[in-house]
Amino acid sequence: MQMNEMSQVSSRNSVEIKNLDLSFGAVKVLQDLNLDIHQGEFLVLLGSSGCGKSTLLNCIAGLLEITGGQIWIGGKNVTWAEPSERGIGMVFQSYALYPQMTVRGNLSFGLKNARLPKEDIESRVARAAEILQIEPLLDRKPGALSGGQRQRVAIGRALVRDVDVFLFDEPLSNLDAKLRADLRVELKTLHQRLGNTMIYVTHDQVEAMTLADRIAIMKGGQIMQLSSPDVIYNKPQNLYVADFIGSPSMNFMHGHLENGVFTAGDLRLPMEGYEYSAPQVSDGPAILGIRPEHVVTGELVASCPVQTEVKVELVEPMGSDTLVYAPLGKERFRIRMDGQAKVSPGETLPIGLVPAKGSLFDKSSEERL
Amino acid sequence: MANVGTLASTMAAEEPVRDRLDGPSGPRPKKVFSRTNIIVYGTLFVVAVYYALPLYVMLVTSLKGMPEIRVGNIFAPPIEATFQPWIKAWSEACTGINCDGLSRGFWNSVTILIPSVIISIAVASVNGYALSMWKFKGSEVFFTILMIGAFIPYQVMLYPIVILLREAGLYGSLTGLVLVHVAFGMPINTLLFRNYFAAIPEELFKAARVDGAGFWGIFVRIIMPMSLPIFVVALIIQVTGIWNDFLFGVVYVRPENYPMTVQLNNIVNSVQGVKEYNVNMAATLLTGLVPLVVYFFSGKLFVRGIAAGAVKG
Repeated sequence: MQMNEMSQVSSRNSVEIKNLDLSFGAVKVLQDLNLDIHQGEFLVLLGSSGCGKSTLLNCIAGLLEITGGQIWIGGKNVTWAEPSERGIGMVFQSYALYPQMTVRGNLSFGLKNARLPKEDIESRVARAAEILQIEPLLDRKPGALSGGQRQRVAIGRALVRDVDVFLFDEPLSNLDAKLRADLRVELKTLHQRLGNTMIYVTHDQVEAMTLADRIAIMKGGQIMQLSSPDVIYNKPQNLYVADFIGSPSMNFMHGHLENGVFTAGDLRLPMEGYEYSAPQVSDGPAILGIRPEHVVTGELVASCPVQTEVKVELVEPMGSDTLVYAPLGKERFRIRMDGQAKVSPGETLPIGLVPAKGSLFDKSSEERL
Repeated sequence: MANVGTLASTMAAEEPVRDRLDGPSGPRPKKVFSRTNIIVYGTLFVVAVYYALPLYVMLVTSLKGMPEIRVGNIFAPPIEATFQPWIKAWSEACTGINCDGLSRGFWNSVTILIPSVIISIAVASVNGYALSMWKFKGSEVFFTILMIGAFIPYQVMLYPIVILLREAGLYGSLTGLVLVHVAFGMPINTLLFRNYFAAIPEELFKAARVDGAGFWGIFVRIIMPMSLPIFVVALIIQVTGIWNDFLFGVVYVRPENYPMTVQLNNIVNSVQGVKEYNVNMAATLLTGLVPLVVYFFSGKLFVRGIAAGAVKG
């Protein structure tokens, strides 16, 4: 009865990770990790290097022996299954194409291992090649391909397997910036067209924000926040996520919260309109985070609840934006202005703040208030 | 940022002057007789002569008759070239009780060589593959123990192996000697293969596993086709090592099974009668022919494999 319930629950989700533990000797890499990934979802595992995101992906793929817990894929418990039996396709950062085989050989290698009939293999390879537009390359060896073409073949190798779940391990990291942007768009198109579940590991937040239905931000083998890109960006669950997401990163003011007013030095910021995560918020030391683009400049300053002036220290013109560095209280504030803004160092700049748009964190727990 | 207008006018002004630029221009001329060149080529020449001269002496001596050798002019080319010493060395020279020359030893050596090389490379490559890609609990310990084997002097193990072979009923047979060669080639060849395979990206191995290939599938269809150079290196090391072996050959087999090297020694060091230098030289050259040919045909791959295998430890 219990088993029955479980499999029913599992069929709703494409991939389920239950109480996953992984340790290398005495080092605990992943600890009691739980993650449900919906059917057809594009989930991005995001984090800095060493956070365990690739390790988690390897566990899902079955390339790493886990220490405890369960992994379910497509409603089946695959905890002990071989990688090829899990119904996954995987794309690696270094492409990992078999150098001595042609593109066709690379695409059909897995199908031959699965002993599929010849016509079946041919039609699947042809379909994948058509989707990825690599038909003219089929008889070339990987050595004769460019980086972008190689990665396309690598995606094709996952595609021909006709599986429900695609795993991507930083697939675009080895490409140059322009190609990366192109392939990112192609990947998103591919996902929309195929509707497969995709789990995508990256350390690039632009990739994460643009591709993901949901982002799981990882740190030290744990998931810090699992939400849509919008929520991650606007309502970070804790200080780490707030600091990690966004470039240039969020400005933090250290101060005190009392009766709904945040005080930092001389600055009093009434938090009216702020959506607290709990109905009751106790007063105490707190941190207020404000994104650089939420600092108001120009004519709109007058309409802001908090107005002050800063002295410009440094200006970084970036074309589309201009980034201004200016001290505010003890903090060095980053302010994002229009690309055409004319500001020079030493100048006094009137700014306006909307505290309700910021994110409040408890100072000791670093959790969102 | 320079003004675009200024930049254009400066560049235009430079154009007509270009062919009248004084001072050096273009590629620097190279001196043929520089001091470095003389030292480098001089040293190379001396070393080359040092190594080639004995070979030359052997070759000319082996083509001379005995009367000509007694004249004592070892560097002179043969006045009357004769292949008789070669024929005698191959099929007539006496070693112990047999008088059928080196041919018997040659065939013994071939019979020892082929199975030893095939078995040792087959086992060592799989060893190296397992130790680099399918690490198991204790694989490092296993590897360390295997490596210790490479550092123990052969002499220490000589007699214990005699006992082992005797107990197994293989003492004196070619099978026993093949087993000994396989065992002694294992540490160095395993190391060689392991290091080469360790340099193959791990993701390739992972991709093959996702593609459903198993232990042997990955080895035969992914790893082996990528590893030709290291197989050639192992082949050369094993062929030359086993062919040139004297110690194991003389200890572990009966006289009628002696390999070529032992027979060569018996011909050259026989005490009765006149020393036939021409026959000795021909016999020595015949014995060295196999490793020579191997090096000649696979030298390039050998260097490539050694370089690749040496990268990772």
